[in-house]
Amino acid sequence: MAQPADTKKRGKARAPATKNAGLGGNQPGLTKDELLRGYRDMLLIRRFEEKAGQLYGMGLIGGFCHLYIGQEAVVVGMQMALGEGDQVITSYRDHGHMLATGMEARGVMAELTGRAGGYSHGKGGSMHMFSKEKNFFGGHGIVGAQVSLGTGLAFSNRYRGNDRVCVTYFGDGAANQGQVFESFNLASLMKLPCIYVIENNKYGMGTSVDRATASRDLSLNGAPWGMPGVQVDGMDVEAMHAAALAAVAHCRAGLGPYLLEVQTYRYRGHSMSDPGRYRSREEVQNMRSTRDCIEGARHKLESLGIEEAQFREIDDSVKRIVQDAADFAQTSPEPDVSELWTDILLEG
Amino acid sequence: MAMMTYLDAARAALAEEMRRDPTVWAVGEDLGRGGVFSQYRGLVEEFGPERISDAPISEAAILGAAVGAAMMGTRPVVEMRFSDFALCAVDELVNQAAKARYMFGGQTRVPLVVREPMGMWRSSAAQHSQSLEAWYAHIPGLVVVCPSTPADNKALLKAAIRSDDPVVYLEHKHLWPLEGEVPDGDHVLPFGQAAIVTPGSDLTIVSWSAQVHVCADAVATLARQGVKAELIDLRTLWPWDKETVLASAARTGRLLIVHEAVQAGGFGAEIAATAAEHITARIRRLGAPRAPIGYAPPLEDAVRVQAPAIVAAALGLVNGRQLG
Ligand SMILES: Cc1ncc(C[n+]2csc(CCOP(=O)(O)OP(=O)(O)O)c2C)c(N)n1
Ligand SMILES: [Mg+2]
Repeated sequence: MAQPADTKKRGKARAPATKNAGLGGNQPGLTKDELLRGYRDMLLIRRFEEKAGQLYGMGLIGGFCHLYIGQEAVVVGMQMALGEGDQVITSYRDHGHMLATGMEARGVMAELTGRAGGYSHGKGGSMHMFSKEKNFFGGHGIVGAQVSLGTGLAFSNRYRGNDRVCVTYFGDGAANQGQVFESFNLASLMKLPCIYVIENNKYGMGTSVDRATASRDLSLNGAPWGMPGVQVDGMDVEAMHAAALAAVAHCRAGLGPYLLEVQTYRYRGHSMSDPGRYRSREEVQNMRSTRDCIEGARHKLESLGIEEAQFREIDDSVKRIVQDAADFAQTSPEPDVSELWTDILLEG
Repeated sequence: MAMMTYLDAARAALAEEMRRDPTVWAVGEDLGRGGVFSQYRGLVEEFGPERISDAPISEAAILGAAVGAAMMGTRPVVEMRFSDFALCAVDELVNQAAKARYMFGGQTRVPLVVREPMGMWRSSAAQHSQSLEAWYAHIPGLVVVCPSTPADNKALLKAAIRSDDPVVYLEHKHLWPLEGEVPDGDHVLPFGQAAIVTPGSDLTIVSWSAQVHVCADAVATLARQGVKAELIDLRTLWPWDKETVLASAARTGRLLIVHEAVQAGGFGAEIAATAAEHITARIRRLGAPRAPIGYAPPLEDAVRVQAPAIVAAALGLVNGRQLG
């Protein structure tokens, strides 16, 4: 992904060592095994989301459901750079993030169908899940809300004196919320170990980023506070991983927050009820056929000598997980009405 | 008279007001595409993007800018798409818009309408379902409107746009497709005028917004059991029509207030207290339990105030049983 010329001039805000992260430079790539793992994780998200779309069509999932299809490389590349105890927080488009942290497909799918076996016991639905065990802090439905929360997660890392980092994901649309900039200042001032990841999928609902944002380079959004920022090709899991490594190293070293503007794309509508009239079929088709992250990884793996049988094995294992999740999501019972009164501040 | 949906009635009201008054303009996210519920469909074609203005996702700046623009004498209609999202701009509404006229000694006014689609709507869960009208009714300086029918949605939105003070305009998401007769022409309703939906003599039921329709079902059931309930649709919460409510409750001697919002601290409490201070009547409230709204249908249903509960409460009042 080329940078606009004028960003070069203002490049001071960037961390020199990572200036080219993810821009197709001479980054050390993933090993064959790592790439295979990344491929498998991306495929799991893709197949999971396709199944969720089917279940929605069958009326088994209701309300809001935002699929992550197309963006899989972002969370998978990032997660491969994280370690035990690092936190993740994101918006309502959260299924991929949860699977990437290792949360179980069963629990996620059962939450989509509103069952007792779901991560929130059916109380949250698609947009609102959480896993203490996997350090996944939600699933937030108010655009931008998670950004200041993520800043606080990072604060707690510093406060406790550990070297954990928090990854705070949000969209190109959310990037225009005031608390995002407030958080950037706060985190820079306090040197908090927070990686802000703008998932720029070109649209906030039906509004393209250039109609919503005066800035042409969102990686510079932290520049006034001296926060390093880079643009990353989010359709390439290796580029994403390389950029993530640099960001994690920066934060772990106590150098303060770091911004990644990830260029990505969602193939499906904003949510299940989006007719998608704001973009052309060709635009979507073009991204799918030329930039797809799973296809890209597969080609690379083929060139590294991975054989058809191995791909088929991965395919089958992923399908089994997704089918098991779908079965569980339909057989797990609905929550008992008594759930209404659990985890409430005070009854009454 | 024309048959129209609740949604189209509001759309017609806005279009008519924009034709009538060049200072009226609308701003919000995705308005150019017709708004998330298509309440603005076709308007950008007629009025252009200056007057049907798309904004980035920045609720605080949208509302604050609208307050400034209103102080300069334009009449912004701000679309917040879900009342839950409007909470991102509560400072601009409560500390700025609501206070300016009084605090600055009457030198400025804020002719602003904030549209906040509210309420439960198919499995939308805790952050997309709330009914927060009582919060706004608590704030001096705000008008609070909760229309329940297409006709009212047209006449009250017109009144809101013509108001020289800020109006929180709470349409109910569940009512968008509701059809009803809408009077032709420039029909504008004053604030603070309740509607008597069904006259009756045995008890008074007061409600607003979508809950009025649930109450109407309950009233029909009660009628079959020989109980004549008078159903009052409050239509505006501030100002609210004390006269109509108190006169009715004094006559029937029984007052039941029903709302979708959480019962504790809801606007029903204000009505009940006012009635207790002024008339002699048995009084009861019905609202949601103080729990966030769950996603799963059984949990969502458990916080709805449904017709059987209303019937039971009404019968309890009429039969003079001990109230639980
Ligand atoms: C405060 C707030 N405003 C508006 C919305 C409605 N809304 C939900 S998603 C969305 C678009 C967000 O776009 P982006 O941040 O780019 O994330 P994406 O959906 O593309 O992942 C909007 C406007 C909301 N949920 N919360
Ligand atoms: Mg986006």
